[in-house]
Amino acid sequence: MAKKDLKGAVQDNVVWKSIFRPGSIYRKGYRDTSRDRALAAMNNVLYHLHPVKVKRHGLKLTYTYCLGGLSFFLFILLTITGIFLMFFYTPAAGAGTEVAYLNMRDLSASVTFGQLVRNLHRWGAHAMVFTVFLHMARVFYHGAYKPPREFNWVVGVILLLLTLLLSFTGYLLPWDQLALWAVTVGTNMMGFTPVFGDQVQFVLLGDVEIGPNTLLRWYVLHVLFIPFITVLFLAVHFWRIRKDGGISGPL
Amino acid sequence: MSDEVQIDQEVYDRLIGEGKSERIARAKAKAAAVRQAKIAEGQSLGPKPAEEASKKLEEFREKAASGGGVATKTAAPAGGDAGAGGRLTPEQRAARVAASLGQEQQPPSMGVPASSEHTHRLLALVPPSGIQQVQAKQQDKVYTWPHLLLVEFVALLAVTALLLVASFFLDAPLGSLANPNEVPAINKAPWYFMGLQELLRYFHPMVAGVTLPGVFMVGLMAVPYVDKNPSAHPENRKLANMAFTFFLTFWGLLVIIGSFLRGAGYEWVWPWVEGLGFTL
Repeated sequence: MAKKDLKGAVQDNVVWKSIFRPGSIYRKGYRDTSRDRALAAMNNVLYHLHPVKVKRHGLKLTYTYCLGGLSFFLFILLTITGIFLMFFYTPAAGAGTEVAYLNMRDLSASVTFGQLVRNLHRWGAHAMVFTVFLHMARVFYHGAYKPPREFNWVVGVILLLLTLLLSFTGYLLPWDQLALWAVTVGTNMMGFTPVFGDQVQFVLLGDVEIGPNTLLRWYVLHVLFIPFITVLFLAVHFWRIRKDGGISGPL
Repeated sequence: MSDEVQIDQEVYDRLIGEGKSERIARAKAKAAAVRQAKIAEGQSLGPKPAEEASKKLEEFREKAASGGGVATKTAAPAGGDAGAGGRLTPEQRAARVAASLGQEQQPPSMGVPASSEHTHRLLALVPPSGIQQVQAKQQDKVYTWPHLLLVEFVALLAVTALLLVASFFLDAPLGSLANPNEVPAINKAPWYFMGLQELLRYFHPMVAGVTLPGVFMVGLMAVPYVDKNPSAHPENRKLANMAFTFFLTFWGLLVIIGSFLRGAGYEWVWPWVEGLGFTL
């Protein structure tokens, strides 16, 4: 009885009701009826992503394997862990001031949960590249890019490219031998862009070769610029899913 | 008015003088002539005032109630305290409602404020062509909450758990400090770019690093516009599926070769002989 009274006291006041809109499962009087189920979706911020009802076959795990949703979730997870890492990282390099690399050492040695969060960020990044690839393959084999979803496939390819760029720009930040030379392989190729090769390389490196300027530049790209562009394309991607009639199929 | 067209010559000449076409000038001049004739007869112009409209309606009702209307008779219920035709007029009905609600009886307003000059008709005929016909097939659907959201939540938790376990046992690599003057023996791009690095082995850097990736990206984006086959069923799109599978296998093979079968100096090695030259 006391427990029920407490629940009522928490739920039945102005503040609680202002937070949870009618139909929310946390609001007093939610009942498992068709009406409240519909309201639960409709009066929730998730209504931006999901309609009130979805096709039944889309629930089957083997239809989507949740790949698109997981890619998005990994993006969120990487944002959170990335913000944590930003507190302990300075994108500075150069003879005598190897701050970035020292920060990496400190992160694993003396920051609470530093190593764990860095691991999560690293493995999460690889996982996201992987899920985005798989998501693309899933969409292809279901023919889910067919009209009216052609343009959303194009947006998806751009998002794949952005994912790769996010991962690649982050690869340089530890400023160890692995990072430097892996990135060198990539940026050398960019130098072979026809006509503007040298200019492209200079803009991306901030120098004729990878150095402190490159680190700062790729840091800004990694934590600000590319995530920003990615969010814009994600918004279009999700919006088009709903506008194009939700999940594709059934086959 | 006689049969022949009466026109107001003065108006006609003025409009022609203003450069209006003969047809318009004639029509307006004719309208002006009609207006003048009506004013001469003492008729009022413009929309009818409200009182006049209700008076006409009242006349019509009386005529109908006294046996003129067939429709009202057939629709009338037998007996009761209904009006003359066995049916309440809107005014009577309004009066009853007002009385039952304890309000003072007011003159029927017909939905128009009594003070207003004109009546407005809120009635329109909609042609069948104006109705949007949506022909959608009934689909088997379920509520997003709880069905879909629960599945998503479980998937999300599973991935989080997986990543946490992996992060607990496997540490992200951190090599020695970057040194531009010391090229490591094994020098590889991240795994998702290993396909390109492997291509670099066979082609000029411009082809492997710029042209081919560009072609792949544009090709991928063009897929929906090239594949005109409307069917999404695997049975009907064997060519598309085969081509894409071939592309994926080819790409996966390049990544695997580059990641696991290349060692120092990017030469071919067997990982069980020389060890795994691969870092995630």
